[in-house]
Amino acid sequence: MSEVLLQVRHLATEFDTEQGVARALDDISFQVKAGETLGIVGESGCGKSVTSLSVMRLLPKPTGNIVNGEVLFRGKDLVKLPAEDMHNIRGNRIAMIFQEPMTALNPVYRIGRQLNETLALHNPEMKKADIHQASIDMLKRVGIPAPERRMKEYPHQLSGGMRQRVMIAIALLCKPEILIADEPTTALDVTIQAQILQLLKDLQKETGMAIIFITHDLGVIAEICDRVLVMYGGRIIEQADIFRLFDKPSHPYTQGLLKAIPRLEKPAKENLSTIPGMVPSLFDFPPGCRFQNRCEYVQTQCEKDTPPLEGHIDDDHQVRCFRFKELVN
Amino acid sequence: MDLLKVEDLKMHFPVHGGILYRQIATVFAVDGVNFSIEPGKTLGLVGESGCGKSTIGRALLRLYEPTAGKVSFEGQDITHLQGESLRNLRLDMQMIFQDPFESLNPRHTIGDIIEEPFVIHKLGNSAERKQEVLKLLDRVGMPADAVHKYPHEFSGGQRQRIGIARAIALKPKLIICDEPVSALDVSIQSQILNLLLELQQEMGMAYLFVAHDLSVIKHVSDQIAVMYLGRIVEIADSESLYQNPMHPYTQALISSIPVPDPLQRKNFIPLQGEVPSPLNPPPHCHFVERCPYAEQICSTETPVLTQKDTSENHQVACHFAGKLKVL
Repeated sequence: MSEVLLQVRHLATEFDTEQGVARALDDISFQVKAGETLGIVGESGCGKSVTSLSVMRLLPKPTGNIVNGEVLFRGKDLVKLPAEDMHNIRGNRIAMIFQEPMTALNPVYRIGRQLNETLALHNPEMKKADIHQASIDMLKRVGIPAPERRMKEYPHQLSGGMRQRVMIAIALLCKPEILIADEPTTALDVTIQAQILQLLKDLQKETGMAIIFITHDLGVIAEICDRVLVMYGGRIIEQADIFRLFDKPSHPYTQGLLKAIPRLEKPAKENLSTIPGMVPSLFDFPPGCRFQNRCEYVQTQCEKDTPPLEGHIDDDHQVRCFRFKELVN
Repeated sequence: MDLLKVEDLKMHFPVHGGILYRQIATVFAVDGVNFSIEPGKTLGLVGESGCGKSTIGRALLRLYEPTAGKVSFEGQDITHLQGESLRNLRLDMQMIFQDPFESLNPRHTIGDIIEEPFVIHKLGNSAERKQEVLKLLDRVGMPADAVHKYPHEFSGGQRQRIGIARAIALKPKLIICDEPVSALDVSIQSQILNLLLELQQEMGMAYLFVAHDLSVIKHVSDQIAVMYLGRIVEIADSESLYQNPMHPYTQALISSIPVPDPLQRKNFIPLQGEVPSPLNPPPHCHFVERCPYAEQICSTETPVLTQKDTSENHQVACHFAGKLKVL
């Protein structure tokens, strides 16, 4: 069994806004092991990005705050870490790539400077020439043709796919132990997405890093992840091994989501099954289960008590639903 | 008879630059496209960003003036209609946009937005129009009290329903759906797709459905056209296209789609390279630089869209179609 790199326990994050306090994350617990890919899947506003920002301590200040729980990285609690120590971890031992590489790259600096800067910051003893060479090597590794020339170009001169490759290169420069990828392929065309997913798989094989892969696309999850968390309304509602999740989805939301995807192999113009209604607002979640207003299996208990994230068959498959035992099959 | 017939449609955009702002280049956004749509049927247009699929939709509705070619609607040439006759055409041809946040006027109430088509075409009196608006709201699954609210009070899925209500208000014969679900979450996407399919069955409208997601296109379409850099490279009945893709690009597109089932995980070599700039595409076959099967002839002769299969409606633009093994 490989070692546990990251352990998140009972994490809760709140946003203090003009409309009141919104609890964006509630009781989030999961762990990430070396070399594995953990997927976090859910729809807009379910808290998947806030989870990654909380782990990285990148929540917008002063509105976003971690109000409970701990984030243990190799046993050290990142929530309580002084800001300076966090600098040494962020971008160095835990790195992140974002959905829109155009906004994540600085438009007025050349690609080369943005790569070199990262290495220089975390390795002050390294020589300039070595840094430059390391950056070029990394660009080559992520599949950018003519890396020497690209080093002198600006982000706007690159295509979307190339920019995402540059982002990945920057993230991997310091050989991070964990890479957090927040919707890295959502803005890309499918053929480019396939290239980037393949690249991430290859790089993971080479370096043995863990990847936390955040996406709304269950197809991408199935393609790349070992384990999956399904989030809804700021809570984890199901957590399982990838094969188990797709074989025996046990939360009504996961089941509904899987059925709602149009599939190529199905005949055209057939009615899709849907999940009625929509996600309640962050500011007025009902007490009890947050999926109750859209759930066809709802009962009175769901409206009063919050179902626990319970082991199901074994600890590798957990579901937050009172009735999951009846719903498995 | 075909409801809509498009012959050799071209849409070129000039690029200006330099001190004198002269034309320095041309973007060949749509470069000679032929297709037709029968009443009540759906043609899906699929392709990656910049392939010209949205431009076609806009050129058909005459939001752009086509550079060349001919568009006929119910047998009438509409390529260069203007003024009154163009307005009348739009009674029969409507559009649903991708971004329900930008396509609804934020300063108008939902009631005003849906009533506007009736006002423009001077249909009914005020009371009749209001009555009609309520019927439409109910039909697309919106509560009646939405009439007095503003677009920002609704979620993306609800706004898309409002956009649909506006598009079907005049009972058009053709609706151009430009990426209508790509901004929506999966659970909302399926609600909207079902609504569009139901409305088509009830009202017998034809759709031109533009999207980049082949699974969505396959789900709603009778016929699918695959576009690459301004040209249709393959066009066929949906089932035939999916079962027997013949153009190497279509094959790559289908195999690139991640399947929501880890047991079908792929170990394939993804298509190399990226779509070339539409400013200067390769002169003959546009796909030649990325094609794993490219040979000499692909850079010297332009492949034309021809029937390569025994099945009647399957056309491909590739010199080697039918001879390639599926990836």
